[in-house]
Amino acid sequence: MDIPYTIETRPDTGLTNPKLGIWLFLASEVMLFGSLFSAYVLLRSGAESWPVQSTILNIPLATLNTIILISSSVTMVLSWAALKMNDFPGFRKYMGLTFLLALGFLVVKGFEYNSKFEHGLFPSTNNFIGIYFVLTGLHGLHVIGGMIVNGYLWGPGARMWKTEPEKFTNRVEVAGLYWHFVDLVWIFLFPILYLL
Amino acid sequence: MAHTGAQASAHGAHDIKAHVRTYFMIFGALLVLTVVTVAVSYLHLPHTEAVIVALIIATLKASLVAMFFMHLKGERRMIYWALYLTAAFFVLLFALPLWTEGDHIVGTTPNRWSAGMEAPKTPEHSPAPH
Repeated sequence: MDIPYTIETRPDTGLTNPKLGIWLFLASEVMLFGSLFSAYVLLRSGAESWPVQSTILNIPLATLNTIILISSSVTMVLSWAALKMNDFPGFRKYMGLTFLLALGFLVVKGFEYNSKFEHGLFPSTNNFIGIYFVLTGLHGLHVIGGMIVNGYLWGPGARMWKTEPEKFTNRVEVAGLYWHFVDLVWIFLFPILYLL
Repeated sequence: MAHTGAQASAHGAHDIKAHVRTYFMIFGALLVLTVVTVAVSYLHLPHTEAVIVALIIATLKASLVAMFFMHLKGERRMIYWALYLTAAFFVLLFALPLWTEGDHIVGTTPNRWSAGMEAPKTPEHSPAPH
């Protein structure tokens, strides 16, 4: 059975069901990341001493990753805008770029993780490194999840554009809402873990 | 014509082109704010000030992403209510552990209750007096 109200809005909510659904999901995600941020604050404020984070982590690499993720948010919203303007090749281009930027983010993250391991810094080393790996690892999993969805929409899922263009456009919008949230989480992770 | 979610505000191609210009302006603002937040970190402000400045910039960036890329600007009231509720629970999520664990935070003074000054003298499971 198809999910109702994927194209037309539901009269009582004034929203399509997928859009309300993704926002409620994102609300639960706020609580998931919020619990870990809360754990970080408690661990740090309760510690007798805390490492100088900026001397352990690589600020230039993290700045590069911030720029990559912000750029991917722009290309994501441009892919949706392209569909709204009936420009399917434009969608393909921008969605492809979004996927590649996400891949770039993970590659940079991979270099960062590798450098930590080479310096003998593991999640078990201390509370800071532990929470660093948990927070960035969970965020990285979200990036991978977004890449799977975006890759599907770029590839086999794009067939829907021929049969149900409005439904497909809404799918891209919903995937975009998730992707922007992943960007939003990083916007907070970056200063909290790297700069403070 | 049925309204679609994406077309709730009846976007025409012209409107979308105007949106695209806005997206690029927001992109520029986000890049500038990223540079600012990194630059401020090299000023080595005192810790409290550094935290406040970094969180203000991050909140500003997050608001731009939410308002323009996530189209929260002009979004339906129901979404806002869901987010208000989330914000309230988010505050509780931070406040509850701090209330219970705050005494262990370095530099704070334990209060009388948590210092055990009002702890019951008899074991908890002792039989009640007749």
